[in-house]
Amino acid sequence: MEVTINNIRKEFERFPALNDVSLKIASGELIALLGPSGSGKTTLLRLIAGLDFPTGGQIFFGDEDASHHSVQERNVGFVFQHYALFRHMTVAENIGFGLKVRPSSSRPPKSEIRRRVSDLLDMVQLGGLEKRYPNQLSGGQRQRVALARAMAIEPRILLLDEPFGALDAKVRKELRRWLREFHDRTGHTTVFVTHDQEEALELADRVVVMSQGKIEQVGSADDVYDRPGSPFVFSFIGESSHLPVEVKEKTVFFQGQPIGISEAAAGGGELFFRPEDISLVEAQDALFGKVTACRRLAGTRIAEIDIANDGHAPYHVEVEVPLHAPVALGSEVRFRPTRWKVFENA
Amino acid sequence: MSDKARTSNPAFRDPADEGFATKVALLLLSLAFLIFFLFLPLLSVFVEAFREGWGAYYEALAEPDAAAAIRLTLLVAAIAVPLNLVFGLCASWAIAKFEFKGKAFLITLIDLPFSISPVISGLVYVLLFGSGSLLGPLLKSWGIEILFAVPGIVLATVFVTFPFVARELIPLMQDQGSGDEEAALSLGASGWQTFRFVTLPNIKWGLLYGVLLCNARAMGEFGAVSVVSGRIRGLTNTMPLHVEILYNEYNMVAAFAVASLLALLALVTLALKTLLELRFGAGNAGGRH
Repeated sequence: MEVTINNIRKEFERFPALNDVSLKIASGELIALLGPSGSGKTTLLRLIAGLDFPTGGQIFFGDEDASHHSVQERNVGFVFQHYALFRHMTVAENIGFGLKVRPSSSRPPKSEIRRRVSDLLDMVQLGGLEKRYPNQLSGGQRQRVALARAMAIEPRILLLDEPFGALDAKVRKELRRWLREFHDRTGHTTVFVTHDQEEALELADRVVVMSQGKIEQVGSADDVYDRPGSPFVFSFIGESSHLPVEVKEKTVFFQGQPIGISEAAAGGGELFFRPEDISLVEAQDALFGKVTACRRLAGTRIAEIDIANDGHAPYHVEVEVPLHAPVALGSEVRFRPTRWKVFENA
Repeated sequence: MSDKARTSNPAFRDPADEGFATKVALLLLSLAFLIFFLFLPLLSVFVEAFREGWGAYYEALAEPDAAAAIRLTLLVAAIAVPLNLVFGLCASWAIAKFEFKGKAFLITLIDLPFSISPVISGLVYVLLFGSGSLLGPLLKSWGIEILFAVPGIVLATVFVTFPFVARELIPLMQDQGSGDEEAALSLGASGWQTFRFVTLPNIKWGLLYGVLLCNARAMGEFGAVSVVSGRIRGLTNTMPLHVEILYNEYNMVAAFAVASLLALLALVTLALKTLLELRFGAGNAGGRH
């Protein structure tokens, strides 16, 4: 099911939670809504589900304007952050709930419900746990029961709110891979909310980066990591440092000195680069500063560098240095970004 | 292991632990208090009631006025408790699941019957429905008697016992939030189905507990009811009022016989309450029923 979101606005008591958000989700896509807390990602998910209603704008399911349809009419599968499993019902009763509450004209007979429940349990690899209660399951199992329960109603789209948020790191990784396979197998259009960029980048076909009620960038993992479209995306995704610079005659100046890199657009701006995208140099036209700390980070070594700032607090940047030739604390290093982006000052 | 370390090292003592003498003193003090203020009076009720044997006890209860009082008390409770169950549910639903202006004020209002004297609660209805009021004569012209009749007693009882169910449910429902309800709705359940299959099972122990307390108070209420009832023997006398009348007539055996029923109600309530608390706790932790 294709979902189109047109100029959605949502205000909570005058406080804008979403500001003119538009997004097109293709059928069968796996989309991540990524952003810090308060960015409006969960609000957007709840608006798609019909658990909240927008102040303005429209939501289309295919060609059908679903903006004013209730959550029941939209027929979406929603997996809640803390699963919201019904604690007084068994696993089987939880999964069968959506079928049991259908009007008698469209309700499958009991034997059929039982069969469908057991099929779904097999699908989420929890066969044999029908009679358990939610509190007798592990976090990962609950999560999969919640997913099976949402799938039982044959939803048009699947919506997941922080699906791995309440799990420990190891289970989280396993389930992440499992959810990707599950999606590829069932082909449901799926939208999930996360604040974990690793999760979003690894799992989703496209990542929607959100901040302060707006969409900052939509793109593949490569797009948002390699070609960040805004200062926010550059600093939110991955590691990065930034410095105020000036561009004159296609040359980038920092503190009035050329630093050996060029840029087209003239004017003041903010230079962004990632720690791994630098090279240490000997030349004079480069950035330079004192090493204040050096730490090992998995397969790399990161040096923290203070760049003097004329009596003010020094600029702090992080660069990757060779693993086997650590730089000495207090020594001066000179470096140039090899890949960078200058965002013009707004 | 830590216990062993504790005994082998006499110098070690849990900082929150008291000495042996303090413990015994505290225990004896509270026991003495309980015996003197609770157990002895309760025992004396039964001793007095049975002073002249089973026969007299039974006769005192079967006497027409006493029987009428028992019936009236049951009737009032049977009306007031279901009403407050519904009101309490509605109020706590509104408070726990919706955001609106004046919520704090509503919570305070619900507590009002707890904070004012029951006599005042009764007087309010006398003012509202008495012969000097606007409403009283009007209703009377339609043939509806409120004061010194069953409706007045029911009204006063409903007022006094209103907070019990709501007070029990509000924190419970606030704690549970609306996640389960949203899940049910997203699975296609209607509002009524959501309430029946999800909300009600989630709150049922709390609800039962509230109803139990509400019932105990409804049957035992004296102050408010005594103001509005007019104490007409055999007609508007509830059990607590009847006890007082018998007592004032120095009819001790009968007074204590009826009182013993009320005391029994209290004991049964206490037992059920304990039982419920056990299940309530287990229900919260285990999710089983």
